[in-house]
Amino acid sequence: MTDDILDGWETVIGLEVHAELATNTKLFSSARNVFGGEPNTNIDPVSLGLPGSLPVLNKKAVELAIRVGLALNCRVQRSVFARKNYFYPDMPKAYQISQFDLPINEGGWLELPDGRQIGIERAHLEEDTGKSSHVGGGGRIHEADYSLVDYNRAGVPLIEIVGAPDLRSADAAREYVSELRSILVAIGASDGKMEEGSMRVDCNVSVRPQGNEEFGTRCEVKNINSLRSLGRAIEYEARRQVDIITSGQKVEQQTRHWDEADGRTHTLRSKEEAFDYRYFSEPDLVPLDPSPEWIAEIQESQPPLPRQRRIDLAKAAEIEPRDVALIVQKDLDGFALSAIEKGADASRVLVHLANNLADGVGHLTEDAFAALIRLETNGDLSATQAKTVLADLVDKGGDPTQIAADHGFETMDTSELDALIEGIITEHPDDWTAFVQGDAEERKKKSGFFVGQVMKMTKGQADGKVVNDILLHRAEN
Amino acid sequence: MNAREIPSAIRNGETTAKEVLETHLEAIQNREEEIHAFNLVMEEEARNEAERIDALTAKGEDPGPLTGIPVAIKDNICTQGVPTTCSSKILDGWRPPYDATIIERLRDAGAVIVGKTNLDEFAMGASTENSAFGPTRNPLDTTRVPGGSSGGSAAAVAAGFAPLAIGSDTGGSIRQPAALCGVVGVKPTYGRVSRYGLVAFASSLDQIGPFAETVADAALLLEVISGHDPLDTTSIPEPSLDLSTALTQGVEGLRIGVIDELSGGAIEGISDDVLGCLEEAVQALTSAGAIVERTSVPSTVYGLSAYYVIAPAEASSNLARYDGVRFGPRVDAKTTSEMMVATRTAGFGDEVKRRIMLGTYALSAGYYDAYYGKSQKVRTLIMNDFASAYKKYDLLLSPTAPTTAFPLGDKTEDPLQMYLQDICTISSNLAGHPAMSVPFGKGTDGLPVGIQVLASAMDEHTMFRAGAILEASNQGKS
Repeated sequence: MTDDILDGWETVIGLEVHAELATNTKLFSSARNVFGGEPNTNIDPVSLGLPGSLPVLNKKAVELAIRVGLALNCRVQRSVFARKNYFYPDMPKAYQISQFDLPINEGGWLELPDGRQIGIERAHLEEDTGKSSHVGGGGRIHEADYSLVDYNRAGVPLIEIVGAPDLRSADAAREYVSELRSILVAIGASDGKMEEGSMRVDCNVSVRPQGNEEFGTRCEVKNINSLRSLGRAIEYEARRQVDIITSGQKVEQQTRHWDEADGRTHTLRSKEEAFDYRYFSEPDLVPLDPSPEWIAEIQESQPPLPRQRRIDLAKAAEIEPRDVALIVQKDLDGFALSAIEKGADASRVLVHLANNLADGVGHLTEDAFAALIRLETNGDLSATQAKTVLADLVDKGGDPTQIAADHGFETMDTSELDALIEGIITEHPDDWTAFVQGDAEERKKKSGFFVGQVMKMTKGQADGKVVNDILLHRAEN
Repeated sequence: MNAREIPSAIRNGETTAKEVLETHLEAIQNREEEIHAFNLVMEEEARNEAERIDALTAKGEDPGPLTGIPVAIKDNICTQGVPTTCSSKILDGWRPPYDATIIERLRDAGAVIVGKTNLDEFAMGASTENSAFGPTRNPLDTTRVPGGSSGGSAAAVAAGFAPLAIGSDTGGSIRQPAALCGVVGVKPTYGRVSRYGLVAFASSLDQIGPFAETVADAALLLEVISGHDPLDTTSIPEPSLDLSTALTQGVEGLRIGVIDELSGGAIEGISDDVLGCLEEAVQALTSAGAIVERTSVPSTVYGLSAYYVIAPAEASSNLARYDGVRFGPRVDAKTTSEMMVATRTAGFGDEVKRRIMLGTYALSAGYYDAYYGKSQKVRTLIMNDFASAYKKYDLLLSPTAPTTAFPLGDKTEDPLQMYLQDICTISSNLAGHPAMSVPFGKGTDGLPVGIQVLASAMDEHTMFRAGAILEASNQGKS
């Protein structure tokens, strides 16, 4: 799909994100909260909803929920648990204990790396359901021969974060989820793993003519399992709705199901078929009223949030916060700051962390990293050589100077290089003329050619930057 | 032998837990077929337990305050490995994998659990006729009902099957059968006794309490089962009750208000027999030094209406888990939701279905405010009215039930008549306050009448003071 199809239309997106809280035990009992495990092993009378069992609130889950609320600039308040009633085999009590009109966190905002603020309506506590698997009939409930239910996940604490309809594109929605995930991970509230289902996204999408104030009729899209499907689902759904409207029909309020395989959303239920959850206050629990002292204590022990970390690193590196978003997201900002403090060149630090440490820092220490970058900026190692040494440091650790020596890396003398380059120019006069007389693009192309020749002859030991300097110097004189 | 005499008799070697148990098993043997107080008599388990207790006492150890006392348990309280049916087909064959907190407390106190008693299905009813396993009969007149829903427990004590029994009271389910069977029944303050392991009917109203032949025995059992339980969030963070001084303290100087609305005032249908006994009870308390006068608690007249919205609403949610997926019988069908419908249709009786439908309706979108929301306001009103009454009075007084025990089948065709049995008891549940029924006098039919003593939250102590005086005065009469 291309943008022109949606030309003149604005997509309005609001996300509901469910994240499993990283507690040891479940929200209302002492059964373990761990991912995986043999089916129906992390259970007890409460998580099975056995007759006579009663919920007891997990204090750690409340603490983490408050952490989330504070990180999202919400008001943390007295809250009440409510029962959300509906029948489903993986819902042991046939009601979910959730929060309804009085959530623990209300009214906040999240700032995207580029500074845009997205409203947070609420972030409330609730319990997760079990998991059904349907055997036979292609795994769909209606055609299955039989179904199996695993209650290991039943009762796992969730925080549901309801965002305001402030997002306007699939990209923005992905950025929002990714920033939210970074926040949850940073404060230790959740591992944020979408692939394990510990973070799940439901997406409300509507469209309206550009410039209109009034919202269009929205559809809720469920079953989004990755950032990629989030973007695809939004783009598909927006286009579907525009198609409906431009063909003279009306969008129907629906809950829709994203199908990753065919790349479409499908009707799950219409507004008329929507459940009546018959919410009422959970009589087995008392209102939750965290003391101001406890909230303050949690606030004080809150680790720095990604937004602040971007600001801190950007300040040290003297660049814009949005340009260090990736490094903060990878949780490498602490490493970067420390290397910069040890005197390493900030721009090289950021380049290596962003590009050459995809699988983490491994055995690399901050000291070794800083030392390596000093070797590189002093001209003792070329960029290519530094990258090789860095890979070794990640693998095994060690001393960068020693590793460079083991590889036989030594930078070439400038006069030696100059002689070498003169030889190459003589052998390729046309290329040299093109370099000297060409426009910026041509010059860039030809500089690539000459650097390549030098590298070939020096087996990569020359410093590309130095080679370029020599070429430019010769061209201008 | 009264319950509280049993432990010392065993410790002194006058008898053994085994001997005490066998006496009661014999009584069961003689009359259980006629009365049907039990869904299950746990003969073997009880004998093992009695032997264990005798072995302990033989070694000079003290098994606890209930040493060797047989106790009957209402069959809506979970007992590990022992069927817990709620007198419903939908729990047929289910054996809980855990004990209710009070079962652990009873065992730790040396009690011998003799069996699980019959009830109206899921505690919904006032006659124990709504049981999937057939009705319980009143031991004092087997053509009459024992009341309900804890009719099995009341009958077990009245018939001498067990000196103590446990019931649950959501709208009067301990006090009304106690009145009809001529025994003592107590609904403690909400949160006084842990609900962990009590199969929920209406969670904000349910409370476990004791049945006994005497006020002192009821106090003994309540002391053991009361006290904070971390497994029940609504449990009051207080230690177990100590009621020993209440039993002998008397009522000198206590101010007691007779609730006019429930004593011949606004609410009709309280029989003359019952009102006569209430009058005598007032005199007895007055002669014991209490200051007794009539007073008004106006909103009690709305109690029944509010209750029949709130209790079914909570029940509709609490009983949703009986869906055939995890436990109990399953009626197979083509789809999961058809299986659930078929299972619930076959598994629940009429009264349970009626209340599930009522409650579901009351909570539905568009009706919530008019029914559930309004009923909660009435509940607050009742609490406020009680609060003002307790500014003037230490205790309140009323009949427990409108009539003496009625014949089986008398009200089964008319649910509203049956609901009216709880007219005097329901407000205490809505307020969360304690109340007890003490036998006092008899009707012209020769059947016992119960007088209800109501107290403010947490004040079981003062309530038992009046209970003890009423009991002594009643025994003095006969």
